[in-house]
Amino acid sequence: MARRRDRNFLGPSGTVLGIGEFWALTIAGFVLFFAVWSGVAASGWLPAHLLPSPLAVWDTLVRLWHNPFAGHVYAAHLAASVERFLMGWAIAVGIGIPLGLLMGWYRLLDEIVTPLFDAMRFVAPLAWVPLAALWFGTGIGGPLLIIFVGSFAPCVISAYRGARLVEPRLVEAAQTLGASSRQVITHVLIPGALPSIIAGLRVSAGLGWQSLVGSELIVVGAGLGYLMVQGQGNLNTSVVIAGMVGIGVVGFAIDVLLRAVEQTFKRRWGQG
Amino acid sequence: MSEIVFEGVTRRFPLPRGGEFLAIDRIDLRIEEKEFVAIVGPSGCGKTTLMRMAAGLDFPTDGRVLVGGKEVTGPGPERAVVFQQFALLPWKTVRQNIGFGLMCKGTPKAQADAAIAHYVELMGLAGHEDSFPHQLSGGMQQRVAIARAYVMQPAALLMDEPFGALDAQTRIVMQEELVRLARRNPRTVIFITHAVDEAIYLADRVVVMGRKPGRIIETIDIRPLREDGGWEAMPVEEVMDTPSFTHMRSRIWKLLKAREQERPAVPASNPAPVPAK
Repeated sequence: MARRRDRNFLGPSGTVLGIGEFWALTIAGFVLFFAVWSGVAASGWLPAHLLPSPLAVWDTLVRLWHNPFAGHVYAAHLAASVERFLMGWAIAVGIGIPLGLLMGWYRLLDEIVTPLFDAMRFVAPLAWVPLAALWFGTGIGGPLLIIFVGSFAPCVISAYRGARLVEPRLVEAAQTLGASSRQVITHVLIPGALPSIIAGLRVSAGLGWQSLVGSELIVVGAGLGYLMVQGQGNLNTSVVIAGMVGIGVVGFAIDVLLRAVEQTFKRRWGQG
Repeated sequence: MSEIVFEGVTRRFPLPRGGEFLAIDRIDLRIEEKEFVAIVGPSGCGKTTLMRMAAGLDFPTDGRVLVGGKEVTGPGPERAVVFQQFALLPWKTVRQNIGFGLMCKGTPKAQADAAIAHYVELMGLAGHEDSFPHQLSGGMQQRVAIARAYVMQPAALLMDEPFGALDAQTRIVMQEELVRLARRNPRTVIFITHAVDEAIYLADRVVVMGRKPGRIIETIDIRPLREDGGWEAMPVEEVMDTPSFTHMRSRIWKLLKAREQERPAVPASNPAPVPAK
């Protein structure tokens, strides 16, 4: 986090916050959140089995870390989810980015695919769950399809936008230097679209990860979503919340990682 | 082998609300091998379109454009282009930008490196080989763009207001450098500009264009002036102060001005299109 030191943060009225104030406010937000949660849990308004206190969730997490629940320890559930996510996301990226770039390059493809795409994208990833279950049963295919559906659209859109935003003059300059279509694509179109693609990867990873629990509703075996469903079945609220914590933390980590990649590229090409 | 010939070239652009705009009307122009021709004219006279047609980035509606006796069908490295806004690839270093055309051509690495090093030296870019374009000033970026064109050893060099985006001082330095390069390494050059001074100083011949429709008003040979005046041995600002130079400048200005005034008022329903950049 050392990089944060050279940045400034805008306060509520546009005043610039120092690094110390930024972190103080961030921590204050979390402290407030946990205080309210603890307060409500301690007040007894809700029975403890429906709203466990933060400390109880922490205890559950520690317990899940060491003792298997729903067949596996917490880390194994986490790993199963991450693996599933990475596979589904990789397929979405592997198909979506090239498709988006080609749509940006070939007008005809754009006009064929875009209307189809616009019609499909309002079907939320969760709405694919029954279909995925019918097609793939409880195999790996179902979750992959749902994560794919969740992260595909931003891959296509970002690559498409990126390709369309590449200055025509750069393409012409490359052509006048003798570049073939392939060379124009690899040396001009892809690097030119890269900032947009990386921004799209961030969005698509976020959406793909969010589709995870939905995809794991139809899984028998392992995964954070599976853990939560089992916790729900056993009326064990703290297991459900422990699963949610894992989803949040991993999702945040993915975002931070991809944001760092994005910043690196922007700085390098002077677009930051 | 690299003379550029425009034969009855006409270019019409379709207008967005229907109809057509006549950008260039039946232009005949012949640029000899290793001749440096500057084209001056007001914006919208079609001078950039003319250059783009020689580059193979645009095509005539009627007529033909021939380079070295062959009709132009597309862009190619034997006709290098220097664009007004440099058009360097932002994700490539100075070295990679200059070497891009050689890489496309498949030039062996050792040979390419030697050629790049030569033009880095010649254009005063030593020490900046590994910089990215955004780390350089406008003048330096333009030198990279010129080096990138020269390194291809092109038969023809097409320059579209290459100094238009530079400040006055850098511009003068670049003009002198271009003259130096052009003498050492003569090429067939089309140099588009709207700066009359620059055209007279750099070119063998100046083509004066008018607009609506875009056409050639007059072609003026500058060579006798340069040779009689001994411009080669003088710095640019002194050349521009000589009586023969100032006389030529006012002659061209009058040409441009007279044509503007004799045009009838243009109906508002026929807007000039934005030339494709």
